[in-house]
Amino acid sequence: MKDLTGRALNIAQVRGASYADVRIVERVTQHVAVKNGKVEALEQEESLGFGVRVLVNGAWGFAAGSRLEPKDVERVVTQAVAIARASALCKGRDVNLGAKIESKGVYETPIKINPFTISLDEKIGLLLKADAEMRRVKGVKVARGDLTFVRENKQFASTEGAEVKQEIVECGCGIVAMATDPATGDVQVRSYPNAGGRHQQARGYEFILEQKLAENAGRVAEDAVALLRADQCPSYDAMTILLDGSQMALQIHESCGHPIELDRVLGSEAAYAGTSFLTPDKLNKFRYGSDLVNITADATIPGGLGTFGWDDEGVPAQKSDIVKNGLFVGYLMSRESAHELRLGASNGTMRADGWNRMPIIRMTNVSLLPGTWNLDDLVADMDDGIWMETNRSWSIDDKRLNFQVGTEMAWEIKGGKKTRMLKNATYTGITPEFWNSCDAISNEKSWVVWGTPNCGKGQPSQVAHTGHGASPARFRNVRVGVVK
Amino acid sequence: MLGQEKIRELTQQVLAMSKAEQTEVVFTGTDSALTRFANSAIHQNVAEGNTEVRVRVVYGKRIGVASGNDLTPEALKRAVDTARAIAMRQRENPEFKSLPAPQPIQNVEAFVERTANFSPEQRAQVVNALCKKAKAKGVVAAGAFRTSASEIAVANSLGVFAYHPGTVASLTTVMMADTGSGYAEVAHADASAINADALAEEAIGKAIKSRNPTVAEPGEYTVLLEESAVEDMLNFFAFLSFSALAVQEERSFMRGKSGEKVMSENVTLWDDGLAPDTLALPFDFEGVPRQRVMLVENGIARGIVYDTPTAQREGKTSTGHSLPAPNSMGPLALHLFMAPGETPKNEMIKNIERGIWVTRFWYTRVLQPMPVLITGMTRDGTFLIENGAITRPIKNMRFTTSYLDAFNHIRAISRETKLTHEEWTGGARRMPAIVTDGFRFTGVTQ
Repeated sequence: MKDLTGRALNIAQVRGASYADVRIVERVTQHVAVKNGKVEALEQEESLGFGVRVLVNGAWGFAAGSRLEPKDVERVVTQAVAIARASALCKGRDVNLGAKIESKGVYETPIKINPFTISLDEKIGLLLKADAEMRRVKGVKVARGDLTFVRENKQFASTEGAEVKQEIVECGCGIVAMATDPATGDVQVRSYPNAGGRHQQARGYEFILEQKLAENAGRVAEDAVALLRADQCPSYDAMTILLDGSQMALQIHESCGHPIELDRVLGSEAAYAGTSFLTPDKLNKFRYGSDLVNITADATIPGGLGTFGWDDEGVPAQKSDIVKNGLFVGYLMSRESAHELRLGASNGTMRADGWNRMPIIRMTNVSLLPGTWNLDDLVADMDDGIWMETNRSWSIDDKRLNFQVGTEMAWEIKGGKKTRMLKNATYTGITPEFWNSCDAISNEKSWVVWGTPNCGKGQPSQVAHTGHGASPARFRNVRVGVVK
Repeated sequence: MLGQEKIRELTQQVLAMSKAEQTEVVFTGTDSALTRFANSAIHQNVAEGNTEVRVRVVYGKRIGVASGNDLTPEALKRAVDTARAIAMRQRENPEFKSLPAPQPIQNVEAFVERTANFSPEQRAQVVNALCKKAKAKGVVAAGAFRTSASEIAVANSLGVFAYHPGTVASLTTVMMADTGSGYAEVAHADASAINADALAEEAIGKAIKSRNPTVAEPGEYTVLLEESAVEDMLNFFAFLSFSALAVQEERSFMRGKSGEKVMSENVTLWDDGLAPDTLALPFDFEGVPRQRVMLVENGIARGIVYDTPTAQREGKTSTGHSLPAPNSMGPLALHLFMAPGETPKNEMIKNIERGIWVTRFWYTRVLQPMPVLITGMTRDGTFLIENGAITRPIKNMRFTTSYLDAFNHIRAISRETKLTHEEWTGGARRMPAIVTDGFRFTGVTQ
């Protein structure tokens, strides 16, 4: 492989590139799905190829190919250079990457049990057991379970001398129970451990075993059926809400993770994913949240889906502050955007979805740091409020300000106790107003690194796997329940 | 692009490697390029060539699937062996009967050489002209120009061989004025048919008109929904309502409604992967020919789409709407059409006393599948309509409304239609603009 990267970089330079990097990526994905007692999907996907990114005349070109023969390498590199020359016909300012990056080394996701050594029989058996437990509950229409295993080997080299190799392993799993009432048209779902039936971490098969799918399956199914009979969540103009950890992860992802992407801020995503309300004039000045709110981007958290050795520009994984005691203090950056705004060096957040995509700024592990409250005390401290758990729907505007979120299940809290179950609970708000209304965050005992393996961005579309450490948190004066 | 004969050889090679009772090979190959621009300059410009071979093997009622993008004989053998190893560990699927048998497949011309050969310089020239136009009008251009050529082939051991080459060119743009923005999009199999000039004019005009928006109070409004917004509604109907799996799982409003009125009388929806005015694909990912399926005719529920598993469950035949195996999503209508009406688009707001003009929706998500209850935002061109005319731009609004309800209150449909390409599924939609009553806005952004 070193021959290939060396050859690609050499050809790029000969063809006129002032900078080039090459990534060879091999990804193996195994997916097992069970539905209503049957194995619905059992599949293994393999994808191997390389992508070349070049700077010519101050403009970017990128080309990718799936054949690793020398003649194909030459063809793809030549294509990348031609594309860069075409880009220069309509360029803005010349790209400047700032200081050189000369990273070298090897990184592997620490795992205890290699998921690819576990037999398919065991994996199927695990899901079927959970499936049987869910279908034991009367009224469940659809029971579903999924396992996903990913192994990605990638090699990065650049004309600046960087050379890194990484092996990232991820394991994901989840179950979903759906109950319906054809008479009323009501459809209710419950998922475990995360929304849509998929929680994922950069860990080995031990992560799957820890989730105890079968042990939780009966409860999940009972919840789905009970929701059909539950009361509709009432509407309130201003209500206290307590969000569970997985819902907090979603809230962080959508209303903090995306607006701090510096490419969005600078307009690169204006026609697609959108821009951001966190414009550069707000950096180090804007009160994003209450004093309790501390958010970091940390690519070194064990198990996070945004954990790695180096990003796809060869920048080392690192931790940086995003919101400190409520103040907005940092972006997710690339080499180019960090230099453009004179913000110092990149904090290592350029990630590509495989060999055939150009890296773009993506979340690593954007996390809300734990607070001080025991969760039980936090509930006991609420006279009148609503507990909401597990995301069901989410929507946010193109500047990441106005959001509306629905959850699978909610509980009314009266006098410090959960009282009645509520369905179709939604809440809505404006991002900084919402985060400034945060008055309690539970402590590290309920802090979990949640995985979001389905973050879409970019054209051509790219799906990133991001991590979000979060624990339950409380917000005041939130508008609840716009859905009848 | 490998061409039909090479792909036929390759798929036969894979079928010969398999010892399974039944085997299916799906080949996809794509050469695609995309020029992305923002701040009135190209900032990302990419191309890729990729192929995939997906092998499904059947042993009795046990099925395994493996795929890879390496076309060497060793890699193809590995895919077959992996699929077999998976099938051997699979439980029996009692519902499985057989892979589809061969059926005649109509040849549809959807490949345009000009698009396949469109160069980075040609794309850059188009984008450059568009950006210059934007600068001249004092707005900032962003968007993407995509050209791609693809080949899809399906072969199975029962004798199916289906091959289809196609091309797609699509151009989208958002033009940004200081406090407003405008959107426009176009798709065509022929890149030279893309009229970037007209597209730029449309988006620039809208951006300029959008400046200095004011707030409109949330509430129920009559809305003019342009084609891009209607496309979003059709996408949700396809996913949530018109699939046989959704009906079988009791989560679609089409369940038990065949022959009954489900939408306004002026609504006719169908799916047709063979039509000349879509981005055609004449067969599905099982090699079954796509049928034209009438879904809603003059407001009356007429049909839903099936793949082989959902059809066999009801003792029916597939309508040719499967996705690649293994598929837990069920069948999907990929080539939806909505019949045009009789009103010219520019006259549609004449009779609206007070309403809202929506260019497109953004970040739409399902709250309840049965009524197709959706929340989302408006974006890139939202205006207040008063006494039959646009009077002022308004800030983007959040809606929480039933799309089914909206399609039950359509008072006007434009006579013009627009074709759009859906990147995630590769499908296409052709739809008009509509005017509908009682659309519920629940919030406004800053």
